[in-house]
Amino acid sequence: MAGLGDEIQERLRRWTMELGGPGTRERLQKLTPPRNEYGVDPYGFDVDFMQAAVAPVLWLYRKYFRVQAFGLENVPNEGPVLIVGNHSGQLPFDAVMVETACLVDKDPPRAVRALVDKWVPTLPFVSTLFARCGQVVGTPENCRRLLSAGEAMLVFPEGTRGLNKPFSRRYQLQDFGLGFMRLALENGVPVVPVGVVGAEEQAPAILDIQPLARMFSFPHFPITPTGLPFPLPVRYRIHFGEPMRFTGRADDEDAVLERKVARVRDAVAGLLARGLADREHVFW
Amino acid sequence: MSQLPASVAITGIAGNLGRKLARVLHGETRVIGFDRRPLRDRPKDVEHHQLDIRKARVEDVFRRNRIEAIAHLGLKHDPRDDRAEAHSFNVAGTQKLLDIATRHGVKKVLLLSSANVYGPAPGNPNFLPEETPLLGAARLPGYRDLIEVDMYVQSFMWRHPEIETVILRPVNIIGPTVRNASSNYLRLERPITVLGFDPMIQVIHEEDVCRAIALALRPGIRGVYNVTGAGEVPLSAALRELGREPVPLPHFLVRPFVRALYDARLSSYPSGEIDYIQYLCAVDGSRFARDAGWSPRYSIRDTLRSVLAPR
Repeated sequence: MAGLGDEIQERLRRWTMELGGPGTRERLQKLTPPRNEYGVDPYGFDVDFMQAAVAPVLWLYRKYFRVQAFGLENVPNEGPVLIVGNHSGQLPFDAVMVETACLVDKDPPRAVRALVDKWVPTLPFVSTLFARCGQVVGTPENCRRLLSAGEAMLVFPEGTRGLNKPFSRRYQLQDFGLGFMRLALENGVPVVPVGVVGAEEQAPAILDIQPLARMFSFPHFPITPTGLPFPLPVRYRIHFGEPMRFTGRADDEDAVLERKVARVRDAVAGLLARGLADREHVFW
Repeated sequence: MSQLPASVAITGIAGNLGRKLARVLHGETRVIGFDRRPLRDRPKDVEHHQLDIRKARVEDVFRRNRIEAIAHLGLKHDPRDDRAEAHSFNVAGTQKLLDIATRHGVKKVLLLSSANVYGPAPGNPNFLPEETPLLGAARLPGYRDLIEVDMYVQSFMWRHPEIETVILRPVNIIGPTVRNASSNYLRLERPITVLGFDPMIQVIHEEDVCRAIALALRPGIRGVYNVTGAGEVPLSAALRELGREPVPLPHFLVRPFVRALYDARLSSYPSGEIDYIQYLCAVDGSRFARDAGWSPRYSIRDTLRSVLAPR
């Protein structure tokens, strides 16, 4: 699948099980998304391929970022849920780490679908890799369909405003979009806030060169000390908060929704504060 | 199950799909065909009129026969056709045909459109509903006629509530006899693909499409419907199923390359077709399943393999 040979895939899967620790295979077998005769679900999610492709990610999770995940019991084992977090780090490793936490440190595991920006499908290889790992473009139709199918989704309401903000504004939450709250109200879906500490320091952006961003049709073009947005070996601390439930009309005015969104934003800020207070050093 | 109309006119009956539809319908209802081409291997009870649908004689056929339903399949798609002539044939032809329908007591009009009218795009949701704007012509002008006809029939739908009008937008029709862009692509031994892109594609067997048309011709069904086959498959898996050896080209080279082949008349694919093998253009077929009880008979695998069968 997606251009990887069967042998490489098998080797990667063994690596996944090794990095995941004892019981990983049994836990991952509890993942049973629908699949057709070609091994994919209607969105192109291929659970076998994902278990191979996750190996290098899992290496980052265990050995490089040495992720500590707290409060995973707050993510419901089944049923629709919106996981809403802060976005940072120039490249979206934070999304990958939150998803990996739900996959390898949660029992039973949950395959979380992150909503990706619509420029991702324009990228060769990345588009295919993401689709086979269950990621979808964040259109309202996709969200509605997945939530009504009882799936877990990861949303960063700050979008690239948060992801690509300069280092000077680290851990300052940017404006939250309102779309996720409309979805939560429309579908009666709980919101699980998540605060990711560490990603802010993985690739400090000194500059954002907009003309280059326009040239490559990227949302931003950050310049980091390493030149590339490749992450430094920071330590991640991910705190999942208690599920929040909201009631009200999905098509209320923006002002009404903003108050509800502010509660989620405060919850994320609280989790961030906790994570920052706990941490003694950026790198360990 | 309600019955088929007593008589059905099929435009484009001499095409591969038209002949197949005639064979599906002719035992159960009276079939009257219109096509500029002669109709080969015509079943005895099928009446064929070798006519351009823009001709006045078409109306005379409607005067002499009580035609209850029209299945409009006869649109020209070949990108090498004379554009002005094809446009007149497709758009003016449809208008004339529907005009006749309003004067001669036709109860049902069915247009065979295509799910490709929505157009592939990186920001598309995974399953496009029927309300999606029809943007397929943005980079593939060949779809302009089909979109215009589709929109015209939509307006006909509300101007003539007394006629049950149905627009079917099936996903890529493939099968042993059809020779359209998608089935011909799957017949290539070494098809071009876009390096690093592998969209989910949807296919439907030609016989399933004929069954869907027969289903939609029955009284009670009206509206715009996507029609899907047994599911979605990554393009790479479809090509592997057929034993193809894809030739992946980087996305920044593939369009100039395909354009050069087209201009040199070495291929019949305009470069706009590349979008369909790079981005998503998959549809939600649940409405037709719910309203008409549609379910395809062919699995994805059997549908794909059907292109390997000799004609």
